[in-house]
Formats: sequence, structure tokens, C-alpha cells
Amino acid sequence: MNQDSTKISLTNRSKVVSNKKMSFLESLYLPAIFKGMFVTMSHFFTKKATVQYPEVKRPVSDIYRGMHVLKRDEEGRERCTACGLCALSCPAEAITMIAKERLESEKHLYREEKYAAVYEINMLRCIYCGDCESACPKEAIFLTDRFVPSEVARGNFIYGKDVLLEPKDAPIDVSKRQTPEVLAFKKDKTQLHNK
Amino acid sequence: MVKVTIDNHTIEVEEGTTILQAARLIGGDIVPPAMCYHSKLKNSGGKCRTCMVKVSQGSAKDPRPIPKLVASCRTEVMDGMVVQNITSPEVVEARKAVVEFLLINHPLDCPVCDQAGECDLQNLSYEHGSNTSRFEEEKRTYETINIGNLIQFHPNRCILCYRCVYAAEQLTDKRVHGVLYRGEKSEISTFIQQAIENDFSGNMIDVCPVGALTDKPFRFKNRVWFLKPMEAHRTCSKCSGKVTIWLRGQEVYRVTGRKNKYGEVEDFICNECRFEKMNSTDWIIEGPRTIETSSVINQNYYAKKINPHVINSLKEKME
Repeated sequence: MNQDSTKISLTNRSKVVSNKKMSFLESLYLPAIFKGMFVTMSHFFTKKATVQYPEVKRPVSDIYRGMHVLKRDEEGRERCTACGLCALSCPAEAITMIAKERLESEKHLYREEKYAAVYEINMLRCIYCGDCESACPKEAIFLTDRFVPSEVARGNFIYGKDVLLEPKDAPIDVSKRQTPEVLAFKKDKTQLHNK
Repeated sequence: MVKVTIDNHTIEVEEGTTILQAARLIGGDIVPPAMCYHSKLKNSGGKCRTCMVKVSQGSAKDPRPIPKLVASCRTEVMDGMVVQNITSPEVVEARKAVVEFLLINHPLDCPVCDQAGECDLQNLSYEHGSNTSRFEEEKRTYETINIGNLIQFHPNRCILCYRCVYAAEQLTDKRVHGVLYRGEKSEISTFIQQAIENDFSGNMIDVCPVGALTDKPFRFKNRVWFLKPMEAHRTCSKCSGKVTIWLRGQEVYRVTGRKNKYGEVEDFICNECRFEKMNSTDWIIEGPRTIETSSVINQNYYAKKINPHVINSLKEKME
């Protein structure tokens, strides 16, 4: 002990532990308990750091990158054509898809000749970088401000088209994600993209 | 032997060589791109005009320049000829215009097209074209016709290079398709909806520089950049049996001929090799095919060779 105290301390924060005998008041512990409880009780009246999640939602930025959505076009047809560019651009390799040819009778369901019969994103792999959104040539995939709910099994995090696809009756607004430049570009009919 | 100078590189070539072949002997950036010319097909070339170059000196005897740009795949070299390709702004400008013309009626449905990722027109427009189009009119469209169970035909994507016509004429004993009508209305077609059935008809897929003729069994099965191309061979009584097989795991998705760096097939293969041998056990695999690092097929390969330039120069300094 004596030898240690001669050592040079690096931080000057080390305290030498003392074994001195407590006074009577200290040995009751009550003042220390009240002191501690005061600190605890004072926190009841401060502003809470948490929110009650499903009922209360924290505001997020317009371009927040949360759960993906596969958009439909104005006529309710699926925009995705399974070109594979999202899967290619994905740095986490979270996206897989299987393409199929559209039949004559399915023209009202799918916009292009080819569509994604299976489209899966592994939400545990996804890093929400938004590269899939920028790679998409058909404006089919967007990241939204929705959160991915917690699950108890890993397998449940592989989201298929049943979760990702935008419901026909409840469209998901992604217009805020598109800058004025993008919206102006989309209106420009001289661009091949919009024909 | 004649001497020809292309973009300040001088080379001696045999008489009768075209400018394009001479440029390929030199290699590198100065090789003009070609969509319709195919070195294994006789009489091909002269259709697409992407290989246009400027001849600034006709020959040693007559040093006058050729007044207009010439198609390098059809122009033979003369002794003392001086050719400008990428060093001439006129050629670069003309090539940009040619790409724009080729894309006028091209549907630009690359996300749907199976050729995307290995398409000559995609590469050409990426390297030489502009990223917007000035064409505001309706694109020319055709009714799709069924030409059999092995080849999928998309007339809208065709750029009328005639390569498939020459392939059918020179590889098969009876050609059943060709180009109908003329000018802007011309289209590749079979006469009265005949199916193309021939042992070597599948080579039309390989010679097609765009996605007009694609592999029907492979249609929409997978994107080319998710597959792993492997060199493979088998003993075949009809052809050389030297192919590239496109694998994902152990599954053979499709079989194609081996293409060289100009996108031209080296050995034409028969339909049995191309469409019927779809087990990896049918093939003797030689090894992975080398793909240019700039190609999308090389994405996620992790096989890119990193040149340790910095380390070497540091090492030299330390020594």
C-alpha cells in the first residue's frame, strides 16, 4: 500500500480506499438513502427521454431511410420489372429476386413485359443506404419513413412482396423524397425516360 | 506489305487488310468500335457506320485526304495511308451522331432486356453517345413474331446490322430468315412465320450485337451479371464444343460461344451444345473466364487484381 502511493498516478483520479469506522449517523444509512431517493424522485419531474412508440412517433426527416416500399404506378400496376440493378448495387447483398414473364391476361397487374415473381429483402442484412433507390430505373423501390418492427425469429426478417408491395387501397407517399429537380425532370416529356 | 499510320501508330500490314483490322493489330483505345462488322462472317460490315474514321492522307503516291469519313471495316489500307480515329474531333462528333441515330428507334428497355450487361449497343452509347435524346417522335414498333422455341425475337430492338443474316447464310445450309422491305421500314423476319430450325441457328443469338435475338429458354431466368461465366468444352461431333457456360452455383443457366474482346464469337457452336447440355456434368470445366474489370459482369466477383503501385514505389524509395 505504502509502496503504491509513492507511484505516479496517470490520471490523478485514483482514490485510496479507506477503512475508517462509520459514525453513528452514517451507520443508520438513512440520510444516504434519502439523499439517493431525492435524486431518483427529482427525475420524475424532468422531461422524459422516451416516447410510447406505436402511439407516439418521433418526427423524422423527409428523406429518412426506413423500410422499403415497392411502388405501383397510377393505374395500380407494379412498377418493378426485376432488372436486378437494386440487387447489384446493394452493398450488403440483401436483395434477391426471381423474374417472370407477364402473360397477356396480367397486363393490368404489371407495367412491363417482365415482373418480379419473388422479391425479397433481408432486413437484417440491409444497411438502409438507399443505393437500391438510386439504382432503380423504374422508380419502383423507395425507402420510407416507416420502421421495421421487431421480430422474434430471424426468418421473419426476410420480407417478401406481401410486406414490401404498396397496398392498392393505401398508397404510400414518397413525393417528399424527390427533390424539385427530380420532379421537374419527370415532367419533361422530351426525356426518353418519361415517354 | 504496306505501311499505315493510325493515330500516330505506324504498323506494317499485308495488302488487302482493312483499316479496322490494322487498328485491331495495334490494339488499345484507337480501335474503332463496330456493331455490324464480325471478323468471322464474310461480307459483314459497312452497315452501322460506327467505325467511321478520317483518312488524312490517302497513300504515299497520292497524299490527298479522302474528303468524307470512311467506314474503316470496308476500307482497305494503302501504302503510306494516315488515318485518324480518336485524335480527330470530327470522327468523335460523327460517332456521337451515329449512336444517336442507332438509338432513335431502339426501345431502351434495358431493364427488361436479357442482353443488358453484355450488349454492344449499351457499351457503345455509354462510351460514345450522349445521355439525352433529342428525338421526340413516336418510335417505330413492330408486331412480335414467333420464330421457334429456341430463339426469342424482339424486332423493336434490332439495329439492322445484318450479322444474323450472314451467320445463317454462311453457317447453315438453308437460310430461312432475312431482311424484308427497305429503308426505314426494313425488318428482320422469316418469310410467312416460318420457324428457324437448324443445327447452327443458335449462333444468331451470339452474333446479334443487341437484344433482338436472345436465348428463349434463358429468357428472364437471370441477369447475366449474377451468373459466373466458365470456359468449358465437350466432345461434339458437330462443332468444336468449346463454349462458355454461365453458372450460378452448380446450375448451368445458359451456354454461349466464346467471345473475344471485340464481342465476336471465336468458334461457332451447335444447338445441341447450346440448348441441350444443361448439366454441369456434361461439360469439362477449364476455369473461370476473364472478364474485363470495367464490365458489370465483373461486379461482386472479388477477383479484381489490384495493382500495388503505391507499395512498389514506396519500396523502391526505401531501397
